Amino acid sequence: MIDLLSLCAFNASYAHAIDTDALEQWPGFFTEDCHYRITNVENEREGLPAGVVYADSRDMLEDRIAALREANIYERHRYRHILGMPLIESADDDGAVARTPFMVARIMHTGETALFATGEYRDRFTRVDGKLLLAERVAVCDSTVTDTLLALPL
Amino acid sequence: MQEQAIHWQGPGLTRIPYDLYTDPATAQLEQERIYRGPTWNYLCLDAELPDAGSYRTTHVGDTPVVVVKDADGEVYAFENRCAHRGALIALEKSGKAESFQCVYHAWSYNLQGDLTGVAFEKGVKGKGGMPEHFCKEEHGPRKLRIAVYCGLVFGSFSEDVPSIEEYLGDEICARIERVLHKPVEVIGRFTQALPNNWKLYFENVKDSYHASLLHLFFTTFELNRLSQKGGVIVDETGGHHVSYSMIDASAADSSYKEQGLRSDHDRYRLKDTTVLEGFKEYEDGITLQILSVFPGFVLQQIQNCLAVRQVLPKGQERSELNWTYIGYTDDTPEQRKVRLKQLNLVGPAGFISMEDGAVGGFVQRGIAGAQGMEAVVEMGGDTTASSDGRATETSVRGFWKAYRSHMEAGQ
Repeated sequence: MIDLLSLCAFNASYAHAIDTDALEQWPGFFTEDCHYRITNVENEREGLPAGVVYADSRDMLEDRIAALREANIYERHRYRHILGMPLIESADDDGAVARTPFMVARIMHTGETALFATGEYRDRFTRVDGKLLLAERVAVCDSTVTDTLLALPL
Repeated sequence: MQEQAIHWQGPGLTRIPYDLYTDPATAQLEQERIYRGPTWNYLCLDAELPDAGSYRTTHVGDTPVVVVKDADGEVYAFENRCAHRGALIALEKSGKAESFQCVYHAWSYNLQGDLTGVAFEKGVKGKGGMPEHFCKEEHGPRKLRIAVYCGLVFGSFSEDVPSIEEYLGDEICARIERVLHKPVEVIGRFTQALPNNWKLYFENVKDSYHASLLHLFFTTFELNRLSQKGGVIVDETGGHHVSYSMIDASAADSSYKEQGLRSDHDRYRLKDTTVLEGFKEYEDGITLQILSVFPGFVLQQIQNCLAVRQVLPKGQERSELNWTYIGYTDDTPEQRKVRLKQLNLVGPAGFISMEDGAVGGFVQRGIAGAQGMEAVVEMGGDTTASSDGRATETSVRGFWKAYRSHMEAGQ
């Protein structure tokens, strides 16, 4: 049975990987044929499918990190994720469906910290070879507005 | 009348005073002469107003407006400002209404923006009420002229603005029709808050020179090399432009390597190339078309990734970029999926557009203390002519030609 504590531990590792710039670890939290999307509450409410990030494979997540490392130009910054308690909708031995609220602060290299995003992960977890992985994570932002740009994943 | 305080060195378009991006008086004047002047401002898509009573709220410059479809099937727009005390009439971003009522004192309006009801107009129990001579027809929010072109809804406060077709010109019209030749639907909306003056973003859109230098993703995957076949069209007014290119896989390209530029990187390859795999849907073979309409509209086709963008000023040193992602209503599920995946290229997190969200801020921060100094916009000469190559700033100069003609009119 996938329990609350294992989801909390999963989310803690997930946030730690992003917030400590171990971005190469980030795709490893997902299944090979995962879905990952960043959108907002208004698109979700209206059933609009687009995301500012839209991936349907772990390879696409790896490509995004490669692009951030190699291609894209942006000012150095990092995030601090504060994740709430997962609300489990269903869970058994092999999978779980849960929602977890997030707050993400952005810390710029120039020193300013600001609240960058709040919202909710809508997750579908699955167990692969004994390991808990995300088959789907949709990061639904509460605000429709993104300040300047979104480089690092939520 | 307030006059523009910024001093241009001579009549040319190759030196742009930095003060134009910081001066509050200029911002005020832009509202009057550009946004409330003889221009057509993008409001929304006709597809976003499907039924009688469907409405959206947006802005023309700073001015809040309501765009609505009435029962006659026509689109109307009026200032989102109650004729009584100036409060917003519609508070939601979108919705469906039979009429509008201001929440403050319940003055009400029909879908064309006519004031139809004043609460307690005759008073209560014979006391109070409006004077007998108060005439509702003489009050009401200002109305905009509306033009719907290829499903794009434009509004204007001006009685003098030419028809939308004349305003755009034949070449721009043809390029809009090329993309919007059949019905579209919205597949997502996102807003990007930009840390810079609106003009810096609009210039960036028109600047075909920067695209493959700033955006490495484009260059590496040969989506947009300056030496590719393509060009820039600038309309007669200068205010509108089209930049286009087509991928030529067979053309060996060494110009970047020879120059040793940062934006070429041999080792960078995607693991999942489906993000770039599209399908041919335009017979002319054009894989990229960026089109802008003065003062703040962009239509984008990057491969199969379609979007409209609305640029709005938010004070002198901030602006707002509203992305509306679209597909055709007759898309197959496979085609829709391609569009959704290619949207990774654009928007606030776009592989080829995230830099554009930041670079305007680099200029805005860089020009602090640069009063009296100027930017150099001389790539490709000093004209605003259309060009076969894209190593030119002709469409940026075109923007300033249109900008100056509006701002200096009536001086």
